[in-house]
Amino acid sequence: MDIVTPGVGLIFWTALLFLLVLVVLRRFAYKPILEAVKAREDSIKEALSSSSKAKDEVEVLKKEIEDMKKEARAERETIIKDAKEAADKLLSEKQEVAKKEYDRIVASAQEDIQNEKNAALAEVKNQVAKFSVEIAEKLLRKELSDEDYQKKLINELLDDTKLN
Amino acid sequence: MSRKYLIINFVFLVSFLTNPTILFADDNAEGDGSFNPTDMIVHHIKDDYGWHLYDYEDDNGEEHSVSISLPIILYTYEGSLGNGTLDIFMSNDFHHGEEDVQKGENTYRLDHGHITELGGKKILDFSITKNVASMMLSVLILFLVFFSIAGAYKKRGAKEPKGLQSFFEPIILFIRDDIAIPNIGEKKYEKFLPYLITLFFFIWFNNLLGLIPTGANTSGNIAFTMTLAVFTLLITNISGTKHYWSHLFWTPGVPLPLRIIVLPVELLGIITKPFALMIRLFANITAGHIIVLSLISFIFVFQQLFVGVVVGPVVIAMTLFEFFVAIFQAYIFTLLSALFIGLALEDDHH
Repeated sequence: MDIVTPGVGLIFWTALLFLLVLVVLRRFAYKPILEAVKAREDSIKEALSSSSKAKDEVEVLKKEIEDMKKEARAERETIIKDAKEAADKLLSEKQEVAKKEYDRIVASAQEDIQNEKNAALAEVKNQVAKFSVEIAEKLLRKELSDEDYQKKLINELLDDTKLN
Repeated sequence: MSRKYLIINFVFLVSFLTNPTILFADDNAEGDGSFNPTDMIVHHIKDDYGWHLYDYEDDNGEEHSVSISLPIILYTYEGSLGNGTLDIFMSNDFHHGEEDVQKGENTYRLDHGHITELGGKKILDFSITKNVASMMLSVLILFLVFFSIAGAYKKRGAKEPKGLQSFFEPIILFIRDDIAIPNIGEKKYEKFLPYLITLFFFIWFNNLLGLIPTGANTSGNIAFTMTLAVFTLLITNISGTKHYWSHLFWTPGVPLPLRIIVLPVELLGIITKPFALMIRLFANITAGHIIVLSLISFIFVFQQLFVGVVVGPVVIAMTLFEFFVAIFQAYIFTLLSALFIGLALEDDHH
C-alpha cells in the first residue's frame, strides 16, 4: 500500500462501489430526475412556442381588424357617395317634375285667365251693347218725339249725303 | 490552466516525497519523541487498516491511540490461487501492530502498514480499509442525496426545483449541457450521461470527504484514480467507432512510411489519455493534503505562537482552495472522460 503502487483491494472496492452507484442511481435516480427535467424543459418550450404562436395570431387578428376597418371605411365612403348621388338625382328629378307641374299650372292658369278675360270681355261687350241699345233706344225715343228736329236731321243727313 | 496547476502540484508532491529530509532535517536529527512531519504526512495520505482518530496520553504518561476498528478481509494462498483461505477479522486485533493475529493455520503480522503472513504465504487483501470505509460513506451519502432528489422529482413532477433539488439540478444540467452534449454530441450523449454524472459526483464527494479532518485520502489514492481511469479507457475503446479505429491503425492523409511510425504513437495514446486522468486526480488531491498538512506541521515543528497565528489563516485559505479543487478536479476528470468518449464516437466527418 505504497503511495504510487495501487493496491488490489482498493481497486476491487472502488470498482465495485462505483459500479454499484452507477447501476443503482441510473435505475432509481437519474431516470426520474432526467425525465422530470426533460418534461419541464419540454413544457417550458411548448409554453414559449405557444405564447409566440398566440402573439403571431394576435398580430394576424390585428391585421385582419385593420383590413376590416379599412374596408368598412371604404364601404362607408362609397355608401355616402352613392347616397349623395341618389339624393342629387332624386332632387333634380323632383325639381324637374315640380318645374313641369309649375309650368303646367302656370299655363293652365294663364289659359283660365285668358278664358276668364275673354268671358269678361264678352260680358262687357254684351253689357256695352245692351247699354248702347238702351241708350240708343232712349235717344231714339227722344229724337223721334221732336218733329222739327227730325226734319232738320234729315236735311242735315241729306246735305251730307250728296247725291252723286 | 489545469496542466500548469498539475505541474506545480507535482513539483510540490515530488519535492515533499523524495526529499523531505531537506525540509525537516533538524527535526529528524533529534530522534525519538520529537514530531516527525514526514511520517505524519505520509501516514495520512496512505491508506490504513483502521480509522485513526486521535492520540492521548494517560495518567502514567503512556500514549494511546484511538481509532475505529475496520474489518480486514484477506485471501491467503500458497502456490496456486485456487486453494486459499478467506480470513476475516477486525483491525483492532493487531493492537496497532503490537500483536500477531492467528487464524487457523495462518498467522498475520501488521508491520509498518503492511500485513504479512508469517508462513510466507501470499495475500490478496480485500480489507475494508480507511479509504474503502470513506468511499462507502460517500456511496451512502450519494444514495441519500440522490434518492431524496429523485423522490422530490417524482412527487413534484415538472414543477420548479426546491431545496436539495435546486442545488443539485444545475450541476446535473451542467454535466448534461456543458460536458456531455458538447463533447459527445446531441444524438449519442444519453447513453453516457449516467456514467458521467456518477463519475462527477463520486469523485467530488470523495474529494470532499477527504477534506474533513481525520478523513481518508481516498480520491488521492492511485488505486482509486486508476480504477476510474480504466473505466473511461474501457468505455472509450468499447464504444469506439470504425472511424476511430481506422484512424488509430491506419491514419488517413499521412504518407505510408509515416503511418508505420504514427501507429505506435496512436496506440500509446490509448493508454496515455486515461493515464493522464489517473495522475492528474491523484496528484492534485494528494498534493492538496500534503500542503495543508505541511502547513499545520510548521506549528508543531517550530512550537511558536506567532507561527500558529500566521499559519492558521493560510491553512484556512488553503482548505477553502481545496474545496474549489475538489469540484474542479471532479469536473476536469468528467470533462476529459466525455472528451475521450466523444473522440472515439466521431463519425467520418470532421
